[in-house]
Amino acid sequence: MTEAMNVDSLYQEIILDHYKRPHGAGLRDGGDAEVHHVNPTCGDEITLRVHLDGDVVRDVSYDAQGCSISQASASVLNDLVVGHTVAEGFTTLDAFQELMQGKGHVEPDEDVLEDGIAFAGVAQFPARVKCALLSWMAFKDAATQATGAQAAGKDGS
Amino acid sequence: MTSTYDVARVREDFPILQRRLAGDLPLVYLDSANTSQKPRQVVDAIDAHYLAHNANVARAMHQLGAEASEAFELGRTKVAGFIGASRREEVVFTKNASEAINLVARVLGDAGAVGPGDEIVISQMEHHSNIVPWQLLAERTGATLRWFGVTPEGRLDLENDPITERTKIVAVTWVSNMLGTINPVADIVARAKAVGAYSLIDASQAVPQIPVDVTALGADFVAFTGHKMVGPTGIGVLHGRYDLLASLPPFLGGGEMIETVTMEGSTFAPPPARFEAGTPPIAQSVGLGAAVDYLSALGMENVAAHEQAITAYALERLVEIDGLTVVGPKEPVDRGGAISFTLEGVHPHDVAQLLDSKGVAVRAGHHCAKPAHACFGVQSTTRASFYLYTTEAEIDALVEAIWHTKKYFGA
Repeated sequence: MTEAMNVDSLYQEIILDHYKRPHGAGLRDGGDAEVHHVNPTCGDEITLRVHLDGDVVRDVSYDAQGCSISQASASVLNDLVVGHTVAEGFTTLDAFQELMQGKGHVEPDEDVLEDGIAFAGVAQFPARVKCALLSWMAFKDAATQATGAQAAGKDGS
Repeated sequence: MTSTYDVARVREDFPILQRRLAGDLPLVYLDSANTSQKPRQVVDAIDAHYLAHNANVARAMHQLGAEASEAFELGRTKVAGFIGASRREEVVFTKNASEAINLVARVLGDAGAVGPGDEIVISQMEHHSNIVPWQLLAERTGATLRWFGVTPEGRLDLENDPITERTKIVAVTWVSNMLGTINPVADIVARAKAVGAYSLIDASQAVPQIPVDVTALGADFVAFTGHKMVGPTGIGVLHGRYDLLASLPPFLGGGEMIETVTMEGSTFAPPPARFEAGTPPIAQSVGLGAAVDYLSALGMENVAAHEQAITAYALERLVEIDGLTVVGPKEPVDRGGAISFTLEGVHPHDVAQLLDSKGVAVRAGHHCAKPAHACFGVQSTTRASFYLYTTEAEIDALVEAIWHTKKYFGA
């Protein structure tokens, strides 16, 4: 009980570092799709753009208003998906989502999730899982739209 | 604190307040505007009803049915007395305050009370439950929604009064759940009357903490909920002027709300039954009756005085914290026991999480009042709310936990 409620397992040093110095924050011009997601329970919001180069995610730019967990998560997202293909990004997303929904019973793979393993503690705080997933769900939505738009563009040409 | 009010004695009635949380920390419950805790007297009354008198009401021709009907209707009588209703039939039971407000919006619409060119007036400090039903009514009828603004101090902007000859309905909160502001509702009801508009007062945060006399207030409708006033969840109250209720069409159709039914059509029961289709919240009425007995025994004047004193103490202690900004009136005048605040450099979610790690339960987010937050350019706040069992020691624990939070986040 005491262990499960330990806030230090939630606020890992890595998370606080990402929160204070987020990677890739800010909206940059261009982009192949833009989405706006909200967490209706708390009002946290993110506007996120996916910038593709073929099937490679060239950039994920975002403007997020939210708690440390949601901000740090967006920063880690940027680290993990930029420079990879959309398919690889979705594989990482699946691993992150599995970790978040594992109630603390999923052992994260550091090779896949890198700094994302610091979110393992979040899984023990059900109210905060949505915070950690906000930017990832926005990425999923935007990347799906962007690849769809690309495919439609190709079909049309 | 008044000499007649013994908060330590009151706390003995609330077993949950003795609870220990993770790390063997005592519970500091500062989320009463969200839902209040329940005294043993209320829980016992509900228990006794289920264990000894349970049956459906109004339709059971047996002894238990008669006992259950009497117990259910006694709850109504007690609530009517508590709020100063001129007759018990003016008290309609709903499932919560939201349903009570939706009921009014629905039946006024069905009665043709508003149409294109007409206006409905609310305010920017309303809970979503006193905004959305009126937006929906405006959409259904072609009416226009107008609202009172909020001053930088967190008061209703009465100077820019949106009530005009076109206004048909005015719906405003008595006590803001986010800002804590107590509004001059009698004045607003008078303004509504002067232009012939219906008035509804959302008293969800008022009935629990200040003496309320609906007859003196004179509003057409007053809505509130049981669970914020030491009563159970699952029961809300709509008070309406009897003549007005009697002139309005039904809300939901079903059992209990009819006079007679044929395949060709139905006629409807008089109020309050007309608005209470189906099996009502029976045990909840018993529990709410016990809740108003409990509040009456304490004396609502005493409850209000305690709330005022504890809020004044909390405001005084909170402003000591640099980086903390109270969103809402900073003086304990015309102010209820809810204080929303921001802490520079720390998101409300993180504040609430850190406070929880110290056993201090508060709410973080938009508190179902997004437009009110927008007035102050913030998306969310942390809210500490107090009630008849809150102590100064708990405020001290809150303040200490906030300092800890600042340190933790280096803010």
